[in-house]
Amino acid sequence: MWSYTLRRVLVTIPTVWAVTTVCYLLLHITPGGPFDGERKVSAAVLANLQAKYHLDMPLWQQYLYYMKSLLQGDLGASFRYADWSVNELVAHALPVSLTIGGSSLIISLVLGVVLGIVAALRQNSPIDYLVMLISNMGSAFPSFIIGPVLVLVFSILLKWLPSGGWDDFAVSYMVLPVALLTFINVSTIGRVMRGSLIEIMNSNFIRTARAKGLPMRTIVFRHALKPALMPVVTLLAPLAISSITSAVVTESIFSLPGLGKLIVNGAANRDYTLVLGLVVLVTFMTVLFNLLVDLAYALLDPKIRY
Amino acid sequence: MSILNVSNLGVQFRTNDGMVNAVNGLTFELNQGQTLGIVGESGSGKSQSVLAMMGLLAKNGTASGEALFHGQNLLTMSPRELNRIRGDRISMIFQDPMTSLNPYLTVERQMTEVLELHKGMSRRTAKKRAIELLDAVRIPEAARRVNMYPHEFSGGMRQRVMIAMALLCEPEVLVADEPTTALDVTVQAQILSLLKDLQRDFGTAIIMITHDLGVVAGLCDKVMVMYGGRVMEHADADHIFYRPTHPYTIGLLGALPHLEANDDELTSIPGNPPNLAHMPKGCPFAERCTHARAGCADTIPPLVAIDGGALRACHIPVAELTVDNKEAAHV
Repeated sequence: MWSYTLRRVLVTIPTVWAVTTVCYLLLHITPGGPFDGERKVSAAVLANLQAKYHLDMPLWQQYLYYMKSLLQGDLGASFRYADWSVNELVAHALPVSLTIGGSSLIISLVLGVVLGIVAALRQNSPIDYLVMLISNMGSAFPSFIIGPVLVLVFSILLKWLPSGGWDDFAVSYMVLPVALLTFINVSTIGRVMRGSLIEIMNSNFIRTARAKGLPMRTIVFRHALKPALMPVVTLLAPLAISSITSAVVTESIFSLPGLGKLIVNGAANRDYTLVLGLVVLVTFMTVLFNLLVDLAYALLDPKIRY
Repeated sequence: MSILNVSNLGVQFRTNDGMVNAVNGLTFELNQGQTLGIVGESGSGKSQSVLAMMGLLAKNGTASGEALFHGQNLLTMSPRELNRIRGDRISMIFQDPMTSLNPYLTVERQMTEVLELHKGMSRRTAKKRAIELLDAVRIPEAARRVNMYPHEFSGGMRQRVMIAMALLCEPEVLVADEPTTALDVTVQAQILSLLKDLQRDFGTAIIMITHDLGVVAGLCDKVMVMYGGRVMEHADADHIFYRPTHPYTIGLLGALPHLEANDDELTSIPGNPPNLAHMPKGCPFAERCTHARAGCADTIPPLVAIDGGALRACHIPVAELTVDNKEAAHV
């Protein structure tokens, strides 16, 4: 297991390299540059700026220069946030995204699994239909509709919660974004959990468990839960990525200073180093989440051994 | 002494084609230590009838009639009462040992939970007992292997685990639903002789469901032949093999391949089993029966006793059947 983990971590390096290189080239192929604006800067200033950020060098030299600093863990200086390095920007944004996305993920997992179990065990009952209705709504309505509706109800009509912004991890600012992400995640987790548990409950080994005279509680929690969780675990990696590293829409709706907001700003401003830095981070976290999911498989399923 | 009294057991399924009667008017009794074989093709209702007794029918299925276990009707019991009986006093072995054990739990956990539940044993005592039973079904190194997961066992070994699991509480009735169908022939023979030994040691009554007449011949005291959800013939095993009185039984025995005969072709009963959703009005076998005559397809023949105590459901008198089945003696 340890050697497997080590191998998987080592594989991260070529993956991050490949993704970064492709993005590096794509960014430079796109027309326009970081200092193109509506207000023309004088040629001298532009030359100075380009020299400062090494944009006057040939592309391959820029690339080598970037890779060298990347190896030292330095994501470079931001082109647009003058006094900030990308490392600093990420260090400020990551905790926000981790808190919002992470807490939403934990709440969604618990809520989704519980709702999925209830719906599966009461298949085709009013409770099941209600759970499925909520779940389908969460999947069908895009977050840019649910988000503003939440703001309308809880901030404008009821005046319970702020409509957006961030105040140093104050809970009141986190409630609505977490609720929005949770609603969307629960709808997926709940539906998958329901389907998977229904399938497991019809399997031969559950029939054996029933033939043994075991009470329903034991059948569900000892015999059915683990196998039914497998597809949910598979879902966790993509959900973690969409809730933590790239909750672009949610962070924009609620003006959260998180990673999603940074990506949007970086892309709009052609902030090469910022975008690349975030790409490196997202790639790294994607590989990490997938590794965690694979390790969770091994914990759940005795047939999987690394 | 009779332990199980089944009378007029029926199984119905609600399907998109309407109500389907999978089993009709099944009646039999099972005595202590006796082995009853239920034989039939797929779809004859043999498995559904025992699943009904165990309360294991699919959600769209309902059971009617009576299945009295020591006078208590299994079919009308609350799940709570039924759970006190199944696994403890009546237990079951399933057809497919590859999927009937939980792949996510160790054999130890799957065995000890039965004893914890029904006998109130501690996990530790239960584990000792589980190892004893695994020894009894001749699993080598039982003490070590008890901690393994099902996928670490071969098919035959898994079926042994199933049998050991079913025998943990020394049940009065063991229902075996095609226990050897998924196994190699050599392993089949081992499992069957194992069941025989265990029956001798534990005094368990067995209901053996199979489509394999060889299994029946080797193991059963009484045999019930089913077709299209009905009993065609119900008699002592010897009677079924040496003096079959129903055209379907005769056909089945005739379809057994013979080693001595140098036939190039296998004998079969022409035609297909009836569709349960559109059962014929009369005898379900009439369409394929070589003896069928006018009237067979119109009325269902009742199951009646003939001389010698055998029960048969056929309009044709025994004397008029061309019974030439000495060959069947080879089984």
